[in-house]
Amino acid sequence: MNLQFIVDGLISGSLIGLGAIGITLTYAILRFSNFAHGDFMAWGAYGTLSVVAAIGALVGTTTPIGALSFGWPLILAAIIGMALTACLALALDWLLFARLRDRGQSIIVVMASFGASMALRSLLEFIFTSSPNYFSRGIQMAIPMGFGVRITPDQMVMLATTVILVTAMHLFMSRSQTGREMRAYSQNPALARVVGIDTARVVRATWIIGAALACAAGIMVGILVQIRPLMGLDLLLPMFAAAILGGIGSVPGAVLGGLIIGLSEAAAVQLIGAEWRAAIAFAILMAVLLVRPMGLFGRAER
Amino acid sequence: MSIPGASILDVRGLIAGYEPGLSIVKGASIHADEREIVVILGPNGAGKSSFIKAIAGLVPITGGEVLLDGRDITFGAAHLRVRQGLAFVPQTENIFPLMTVEENLRVAGGVLAKGEVQARIDETYTMFPDLARQRKLAAGSLSGGQRQMLAVGRALIVHPRVLMLDEPSAGLSPKFVEMVFARLSEIRRAGLTIVLVEQNARAALAIGDRAYVLVEGREAHEGRAATLWDDPVVAELYLGQRRPA
Amino acid sequence: MIDLLGYAAFFTSSALIFALITLGLNLQWGQTGLFNVGIAGFVAIGAYTSAILTTPEAADRIGGFDWPILAGWVAAALITAAAAAFTGFATLRLKSDYLAITTFGVAVVVQLIALNAQSLTGGPFGVAFIPRPFAHLQDQPALFNFINLGVIAAVTIAVYLALEHLSRSPWGRVLKALREDERAAISLGKSARSYRIQAFAAGGAVMGLAGAVQAHFIGFIAPNGYLPTLTFQVWAMLMVGGSGSNKGAILGSIVVWAIWVGAGAFSAAVVPGDWQARAASLQIVAIGVMLCLILLWRPQGFFGPHGLFGKRRS
Repeated sequence: MNLQFIVDGLISGSLIGLGAIGITLTYAILRFSNFAHGDFMAWGAYGTLSVVAAIGALVGTTTPIGALSFGWPLILAAIIGMALTACLALALDWLLFARLRDRGQSIIVVMASFGASMALRSLLEFIFTSSPNYFSRGIQMAIPMGFGVRITPDQMVMLATTVILVTAMHLFMSRSQTGREMRAYSQNPALARVVGIDTARVVRATWIIGAALACAAGIMVGILVQIRPLMGLDLLLPMFAAAILGGIGSVPGAVLGGLIIGLSEAAAVQLIGAEWRAAIAFAILMAVLLVRPMGLFGRAER
Repeated sequence: MSIPGASILDVRGLIAGYEPGLSIVKGASIHADEREIVVILGPNGAGKSSFIKAIAGLVPITGGEVLLDGRDITFGAAHLRVRQGLAFVPQTENIFPLMTVEENLRVAGGVLAKGEVQARIDETYTMFPDLARQRKLAAGSLSGGQRQMLAVGRALIVHPRVLMLDEPSAGLSPKFVEMVFARLSEIRRAGLTIVLVEQNARAALAIGDRAYVLVEGREAHEGRAATLWDDPVVAELYLGQRRPA
Repeated sequence: MIDLLGYAAFFTSSALIFALITLGLNLQWGQTGLFNVGIAGFVAIGAYTSAILTTPEAADRIGGFDWPILAGWVAAALITAAAAAFTGFATLRLKSDYLAITTFGVAVVVQLIALNAQSLTGGPFGVAFIPRPFAHLQDQPALFNFINLGVIAAVTIAVYLALEHLSRSPWGRVLKALREDERAAISLGKSARSYRIQAFAAGGAVMGLAGAVQAHFIGFIAPNGYLPTLTFQVWAMLMVGGSGSNKGAILGSIVVWAIWVGAGAFSAAVVPGDWQARAASLQIVAIGVMLCLILLWRPQGFFGPHGLFGKRRS
């Protein structure tokens, strides 16, 4: 068997994992499954694309960095894009989710996220049409690594970036005061308030982090594959499956779940064909729900 | 008798409940002066727990006032009360089980200035040496009595003006009950006022200065703790019958 | 004039098919509180089941069972009910979010199978030559349209009456109690879960039936007829109509379908040619925003018992 699937699986798995972090945090802290999360990815990618175009209009063409397909404009645009996506998430919360959250029934908030997701996706289709877009049209040469495995420079940098982001997240959640507050709030919201934790701050941090990571994942998909309005929807089922597999509320679990799903998809594609990719995530989801609903690192629901 | 106007905690005619039409607290008033230990007693269902939770900001207040050091904190958010000097130890689920002892203390230190947190944590470890030994353990793995110590230590980290506790002895072995109440007596240092709701009337009255008896959401009786135990009126309110002499 | 009547019949037929689906959703959500995000998938299961069982032989696809139409419809309802029952069984002991995510997955997988399992579903080309009821009348289009409308209306009314009867029955009253009082649910324990599975399955059966009826109405089906847009339209229809009310489900479907068709006709007339595809997206944006606004400002809908024309009930 060709070992290339390991590289493909690690890459798609790390993208799924990055997106799943936002889903698991939103569920743990805001107590609802956000169906619009995939659309944060898509909006993040398109937003960054627009900023890159704007920078290009200002400074003209720039040369890519080394063997990569992009240069400093994309890096700058990525930072701006992540900030813009965070603003989008905060605005959506203020307009819609926060008001419904106060009413009690969490499933209504899920319904609203479903409605918002369709509206956001279709708005992208309206603005950009459904044709694919790209950050760059150049073709990269894959570098042989031995064992029949090849990897492009872009892919290596994306993997490294994911490792950095996940490590940063871990340090943030375990060492920073905000991270501690988020963990405490997810374990016991009432006690958290009594201990002096500001709920509004925790909620804001959740949206900002989730949206920024979704944007990062969206940019990476854009660099490695393409940008389409439906790119987020296509990843939504794997992201949910990853979050549930890892144990809802666990950030390391979401990343691990993403990697497992990515690798499983890549391996299975070798056996049953690429068109069945999406069914793998569903199969894993059903298996988890039937056998161990709390996932790898989750705790039993109260 | 203490002068209400000089109280550090002044609760007047509090009406509170989870649902708008259904008040559990129906107009209760208490006050606590500096360095007092005030005990709140009452039969089951009297609303003692809801009363103290309402003061802490966890149960919605629909009427009356809560004044801390003369300032109206009635409708502020719960987390702000901590900054203003009101700390609360709930009866159950009063620690974060999946965080370590040290993290439990640290997360509560969020309201303090950056440099102070470590000093306060060290202070807590001095006061509760057991916690120092267990600082890296998950709080959920501690025994009931040790959890209570952690919960109290956590509340004290912010150097509150008023410390409120909801049935601190509930579910504890007699040894720990004794320890908890001994500690509460000790920590009545300069500036700390303690208000506690208790089912274990005898132990609470032994360390208390004044006590209220809450019945059906209202304070029905107030008196000096030392004499309350023998007061026949109290027995009647509590037990609904005259107690044999 | 005949054209207009013919079109009205066609419009009403389409609206009533949506009404059928919405009735199924009302049983799942309005009466049992279960959030189904994969409606399109269940409708597709019903449509493809009936299509495969009733169509004649086709090259490189299974077929030739030549079942009568009615038998196809019954099979569609039963198979979809089974799929819904399995979904419910797997998720209903967990928090309601899990049912939502799983039904979403069902729709994705059904779409995938419809698109790729060529030998079963005909792949991207779908299934054609699905027998129409009263097919011998096809050469008289006006009459044919009206007969079809009659058939669809008859099915819709029958399902409506059956669901109304069900909701007043002892079984229905248990569901109502479960919806309104969580403690009653806990005291019923295991049976609460089985009631919910039954309700979810019954709702699924109605959706599958609707899919089958639609398949035989149009004569051919393809995977892109069962996209998330469909799920979305039905949700909008139920929220506008008033969840919990069967009458509201039907009225809401007609109203939202009229808005949808109207918006489509408006943009086709007003929007320049090369922007047509984009305008279609705006239809969806409008419905999405409408759904969110209803959730915020009028969650009880417009046509239910608490709505514009109903009596105030507490």
